[in-house]
Amino acid sequence: MAIEVRIPTILRNLTGGDKAVEGKGGTLDELFGDLDTRHPGLRDRLVDDKGLRKFVNVYLNDEDVRFLGGLETSVADGDSVTILPAVAGG
Amino acid sequence: MLTIERAMVDRIVAHARADHPDEACGVIAGALGSDRPTRFIPMVNAERSPTFYRFDSHEQLKVWREMDDRDEEPVVIYHSHTATEAYPSRTDISYAAEPNAHYVLVSTRDDDSTEFRSYRILDGEVTEEEVTVVESYV
Repeated sequence: MAIEVRIPTILRNLTGGDKAVEGKGGTLDELFGDLDTRHPGLRDRLVDDKGLRKFVNVYLNDEDVRFLGGLETSVADGDSVTILPAVAGG
Repeated sequence: MLTIERAMVDRIVAHARADHPDEACGVIAGALGSDRPTRFIPMVNAERSPTFYRFDSHEQLKVWREMDDRDEEPVVIYHSHTATEAYPSRTDISYAAEPNAHYVLVSTRDDDSTEFRSYRILDGEVTEEEVTVVESYV
């Protein structure tokens, strides 16, 4: 068992075109760190020194992690994480 | 080039007019790879603002999943400017992250005419494209 992470089109160049990848970790931060070992550069597209980048939405199962614990949100085997680019502008 | 049915253009303009002076936003989905916008999905502007827009994150997840299930993609992503021209702002460009989407902007700054323009936005670079309005795709 692992954590499934769904990858949006814009980041699939970092996953060899894969729409979903698997990873492990006890928190979202650890999960992103784990993914980055196999998909270098991925973490940097999701996280900056202030936390989750504002350009991305990350969901744990159906919940926006901004309403959970952000990068400190607990994750476990069997969870599904979805990454989407935020659609916004001025 | 964006080819789009007149009925879709009318719905975008109607949505923009209805939400004026706030910005309106939404998606037109189409079959993967078809480049044809066929399913109109108006979205909530979570910012409810005359100068910003943002898709509500939960609504977006629901809509993006639905597109996935139907083998669709966001062919058009539209929003309105309510006081300035229909040209992507700096924030529009920095957020643009759907490489296959046509970014449609409409301006509702004039009461009696609505500017309607389309762009590709890739890696921070904006390219305006021709818009061909057809009565029907078939």
